[in-house]
Amino acid sequence: MSVRVVITGLGVVAPNGVGLEEFTKAIKAGTSGVTFHQQLKDKGFSCCIGGVPSISQEKTHQYLSSLQLRGFNSTSILYGCIAGIDAWKDAGFSLEEQSNLDYDTGIIFGTGTSGIEKFREAIYKIDDQKVRRLGSTTVVQTMASGISAYLGGILGFGNQVTTNSSACTTGTEALLMGFERIKNGKSKRMLVGSSSDSSLYTWGGFDAMRVMSYKHNESPEKGSRPMSETASGFVPGSGSGALVLESLESALERKAVIYAEVLGGNINSGGQRNGGTLTAPNAEAVQKCITDALRDAQINSSEIDAINGHLTATAKDTLEIENWVKALQRKEGEFPYINSLKSMVGHCLAAAGSIECVASVLQIKEQFVFPNINCEDIHPEILKLISEEKIPRKMIQKELNNIVKASFGFGDVNACVIFKKYIK
Amino acid sequence: MTKEELIIKLTAIVKPYIQNEEAFNGLHENTDFINDLEINSANLVDVILDVEDEFNIEIDNDPRAAYFRQMENGLYVRMALLQLLI
Repeated sequence: MSVRVVITGLGVVAPNGVGLEEFTKAIKAGTSGVTFHQQLKDKGFSCCIGGVPSISQEKTHQYLSSLQLRGFNSTSILYGCIAGIDAWKDAGFSLEEQSNLDYDTGIIFGTGTSGIEKFREAIYKIDDQKVRRLGSTTVVQTMASGISAYLGGILGFGNQVTTNSSACTTGTEALLMGFERIKNGKSKRMLVGSSSDSSLYTWGGFDAMRVMSYKHNESPEKGSRPMSETASGFVPGSGSGALVLESLESALERKAVIYAEVLGGNINSGGQRNGGTLTAPNAEAVQKCITDALRDAQINSSEIDAINGHLTATAKDTLEIENWVKALQRKEGEFPYINSLKSMVGHCLAAAGSIECVASVLQIKEQFVFPNINCEDIHPEILKLISEEKIPRKMIQKELNNIVKASFGFGDVNACVIFKKYIK
Repeated sequence: MTKEELIIKLTAIVKPYIQNEEAFNGLHENTDFINDLEINSANLVDVILDVEDEFNIEIDNDPRAAYFRQMENGLYVRMALLQLLI
């Protein structure tokens, strides 16, 4: 019999809530984590707002030692460590410095550019002919796999420990790669997730592309407007999401709390053909990714209760809705509920997929659909495709069995996963 | 600066890196950073930078700089290993 994979632990560092309790409360209430940043204004950004998680010095010291924090300057590693360690503890494991090496657990923890502030520091020193002054941790803080390397050592995992990178698909892709590894019998547990820096150096290129919102510098919490007629681009965000995936057998054996089951999914690429480019999706491939995910999960599209979309608040939102309508062959009043976490936290880039997967799994566990904020004025083109009540503006409590989550990224890459309420 | 003053300053510098409290509490002029204090050898370069900052000196390429000897020894070990493999 094929291996069933379940989720037994969650951790999250999001702009509107750090830690599961705070985050759950925020997404139920529709609390925005987007704020104004003087630093962006000072540097001449068009978009001066962003989503940055709030982490105290005290909290930082609970996760990293004073030695690890010497010369430390990588928010993505910090967020990833907090989310990853929280998820592992949430799954019922303890954290011990001298724990036995666990060959049955691995990590796939993705990022886009990690430790960019540390990189900047290093570049300035080298240009100043002070390469010696870089110290011993510049490499580990700026290598892409820094986050999985830090977590791997803190937790003592002996299975595959790696980092994936596929732009805004990264987090969802990490989850599916971990899922496949367990499914293939290569590991019992995988800590999966992704993280992204809070840094103007990460965000600057997007500002230059004019894809970020510049109309809400005076009203930051209104700035991220997926599916709205007045959407004017995405709001940059940052943070990390982490999930512990585990074979059902292992979870039952240790009597773990099960959040949901990962039923199946798909990862593909549009090959930058048929309308797809480096920065725009090939619609046909997006639809195929969704239908292949349903097939992999052996589920009918009519069984989907809710969609957690990618929906960034750019001009592409309508196209995404159209892709869902075509892929699921459900429209208007037959369409499932749909929401976008980005309305509250902005677009957390490489961390988006994992934070949104955490939100999707919380919806299944606690049986609710979180509200979309900032779309009082739903785009008329979207209303031609689906009914207004399918885009909840207030939290809905409802029986949910299956939620589909998709992420799409630069490079014309797609990932789609189906979460199911756990039933013995 | 007396030797005692020097050791007090050095003690403060190495404190963040040590992994053996007992050896650290009894630190004296012959204490070995790696064998006694169990400092991760990768951190030796950080200790050097801290020492340079504290005393406003540069000890790079100084034949007395032990960390270069450490690294050099490492180099010979690696060469020997490679020779064994080849």
